Amino acid sequence: MTLQLINRGPNGVHIQPRRGRRHVLDLDDFSVEEVETVLETATRMKDVLQRPIKKVPTLRGKTLVTLFYEASTRTRVGFEVAAKALGADTVSVAAASSSVTKGESLIDTIRTLQALGADFVVMRHHQAGAPYVVAEEVASSVINAGDGWHAHPTQALLDLFTIRERLGRIGGLRVAIIGDILHSRVARSNLWGLTLMGADVVLCGPPTMLPAPSFCAAGLPWQLQRTYLLDEALDGADVVMVLRMQLERQTGGLFPSLREYVRTYALTEERLSKAKPGALVMHPGPMNEGVEIDPKVARGVQSAIEAQVTNGVAVRMALLYLLSGLPA
Amino acid sequence: MPVLGQKKLLGADDIRRAVARLAHEVVEHNHGVDELVLVGLQTRGVPLARRLQERIREFEGATVPVGELDIGLYRDDVHQRAPRALNPTSIPVDISNRTVILVDDVLYTGRTARAALDALIDLGRPRAIQLVCLIDRGHRELPIRPNYVGKNIPTSRHEKVAVRLEEVDDVDEVVLIQPPGDES
Repeated sequence: MTLQLINRGPNGVHIQPRRGRRHVLDLDDFSVEEVETVLETATRMKDVLQRPIKKVPTLRGKTLVTLFYEASTRTRVGFEVAAKALGADTVSVAAASSSVTKGESLIDTIRTLQALGADFVVMRHHQAGAPYVVAEEVASSVINAGDGWHAHPTQALLDLFTIRERLGRIGGLRVAIIGDILHSRVARSNLWGLTLMGADVVLCGPPTMLPAPSFCAAGLPWQLQRTYLLDEALDGADVVMVLRMQLERQTGGLFPSLREYVRTYALTEERLSKAKPGALVMHPGPMNEGVEIDPKVARGVQSAIEAQVTNGVAVRMALLYLLSGLPA
Repeated sequence: MPVLGQKKLLGADDIRRAVARLAHEVVEHNHGVDELVLVGLQTRGVPLARRLQERIREFEGATVPVGELDIGLYRDDVHQRAPRALNPTSIPVDISNRTVILVDDVLYTGRTARAALDALIDLGRPRAIQLVCLIDRGHRELPIRPNYVGKNIPTSRHEKVAVRLEEVDDVDEVVLIQPPGDES
């Protein structure tokens, strides 16, 4: 008879919810134990999502508000599905159709939402740091669903979950992140998460879209490689994370032409063959198919892109559950 | 060696005998083992359910499936305490139209059993649910009654009952723990 030792993760890490966490703003204040706890809890949540009745009563009577100042499908809907699966009520506020258009400030908007009884505020804002300001002002739990170029912690957690689910581990893997690193909050939060969990990260993109070399220098909390050459980044990669070319954030001049970008950096079947056999292909979505990724690769056997969306619900359920207890 | 403030209530042999008797009672009461499924409540109900399975296999020659159930998402005090780690829920058979034997180590307020009933009913529609506990320490807060009891132990509310099992704790024993400063 084998019985798994209680509260131990797959690496023997102690699974213990962190006491006193109220907000999730980025991954820079997460420990290995806390990430493992989120991933283990997400595994349990994924079980719930595969049952005939995909609903548990855990957060009955709680309200989650999504406040989005930028467009989103999978993050906003992912949170709403997660909250509903846990029995919470959800209210969705799109800034474009709210009093924000009448000039209401962010803080006033948040205070209004809190007065209406929001236990969780999930927010996306074009200004880096906006959720931090809000977190100081309100009693609700604030979850950052993307702030400017800064952070997107739940995306990084669902990426970590997907990598561990498909490849069995994160530590020691070589992860290539490809594209517009400079403008990518997904890349930034993933850097914290991946390096914390022991992965080797290589950043790849046109020189104008890579962080400065000093960003990858010694003495920082991470060890990173950076390269302009796609084949060099792909060489030996276990995971290839392709970023969306953020055409809406381009102010021009960062690359000569879209066609040149496609020729140099698009992940095609031929380029992918330079990575390790069976390497995992990921993309945070939404994809510009035919720009940063070839549709055949996006839908190929190595792609985890759809799994990322499904796993996003499980990971967000885990976070809501872990944030819901009384701070001790 | 006795530990201050701790009183050993059952030793390994006592637990073994109690489990053997419970196994016989379950089979007798259900006129056999057809359509039974043992479901252990995480965490110590799970090894107890496996032990019942083993005993039943010895004298009945049939293997009753064993599942494990975590009730963390069904607790009524989720918002009143720090969050807890969740353990797996996994039941190898469809519980619909079967008789589910819920197995827990200690029955106390009945709130865990209440949560377990909700959790089970979300997984299917059992023909019946019966409750086994190794220790019934009283102080029920809900109208819940066990079908099979290993041992009734009268306790006061400020005492604790610790069931320790080989598979989890490296020792088989049941201990009554007095809070410090409470000599009686």
